[in-house]
Amino acid sequence: MAEMSVELVAVERRLWSGQASFVVAQTTEGEIGIMPSHEPMLGQLVEGGVVKVTTTAGDTVTAAVHGGFLSVTAERVSVLAESAELGEEVDVAAARAALTDADEVERERATAKLRAAGQTV
Amino acid sequence: MAQLRELRSKIRSTKNIGKITKAMELIATSRISKAQARVEAARPYASEITEVLSAMATASSNLDHPLLVEREQVRRVAVLVVTSDKGLCGGYNANVLRATEELLSLLREQGKDPQLYVIGGKGMNYYSFRGRELSGSWTGFSQQPHYENAAEVGETLVEAFLAGGEDTTSDGALGVDELHIVYTEFRSMLTQTPVAKRMAPLEVEYTESEVAPAYDFEPNADTLLGALLPKYINTRIFAALLESAASELAAQRNAMKAASDNASELVETYTRQANQARQAQITQEISEIVGGVDALAAVGSDD
Repeated sequence: MAEMSVELVAVERRLWSGQASFVVAQTTEGEIGIMPSHEPMLGQLVEGGVVKVTTTAGDTVTAAVHGGFLSVTAERVSVLAESAELGEEVDVAAARAALTDADEVERERATAKLRAAGQTV
Repeated sequence: MAQLRELRSKIRSTKNIGKITKAMELIATSRISKAQARVEAARPYASEITEVLSAMATASSNLDHPLLVEREQVRRVAVLVVTSDKGLCGGYNANVLRATEELLSLLREQGKDPQLYVIGGKGMNYYSFRGRELSGSWTGFSQQPHYENAAEVGETLVEAFLAGGEDTTSDGALGVDELHIVYTEFRSMLTQTPVAKRMAPLEVEYTESEVAPAYDFEPNADTLLGALLPKYINTRIFAALLESAASELAAQRNAMKAASDNASELVETYTRQANQARQAQITQEISEIVGGVDALAAVGSDD
């Protein structure tokens, strides 16, 4: 099966990197699914988006991504984010509390985090 | 007698100072490795964003964005100086401020009017003491900078830059035509060098790759560039902040090590002097006693 190397990079650290067979992300134009040998592309991701990576082993890695970019070449996908959090690292209780935050950006972030953690909002 | 007591109290206080500087040295040492790890951790993002930018530059040959274009007439330039919040770090601040002064006089020679932006309490004190006006200043994160701090600084600078040298920004700050940064590069535990760099306009390297992949842009290239370039500036600032934090800690460690070494040397000297004084005192006491006995014996033999 074809595979591509995927990098999830936040400003302060590298979140995840590895081989994957499928990546889903939301750009400002809409949701996009990327498979290996995709045409080269640069995209801006929406605020409070969720990136889902299906690894070659069949696992799914999800991450909440804020203020990011997506760069795709035939064998590489890199997701650059100002801040990002893996779904399994999300503090669900804190994110739920932030849902009622007065700041709209905070609410969007919390929603994205919860979605990445597999919670329904 | 008095001299001995004085020496002993000197020894005591020097030992106490030595303990404090030793503790500070150890703290700085343990924080350096963390700071270095953060420099390392931030590297993937920086290299990725550079790659994306050069990919864009290669793909669309006619890049056009204010951050990339040299202004014909440069009137005002912004200079961002990264200093520390606290002292006790040897020549760290003095070096970076000296490099800044050099840059400022160079810019003035070229007929440019430099506007100062300062990060860190020490730099702020330096300029406020000299009565210089600061266009912007930030404090409180010199040892542990976060990306939000860099983004805040970056936003201010980019806004000033986009306003241009003949205009002011919406909140009344003077616009500029160039952005420079002065920070301290972490070479090794023992050497940290202040460096001055120009951040904007950016020099994009057009890589001459044989196969330029035809990139698709979502949304269009201009919008993407407009979003990407300020982030790139923020990344540059963040990297500079991290390097400076590591340098600050290394400078602090060196300064505190020197202080501890001096303290233990002083303690040794004082101990030696105290022993001499004590010995002299004992000798004197003995000779007094002997003299007294002799005198008494002389008096007794007269009887």
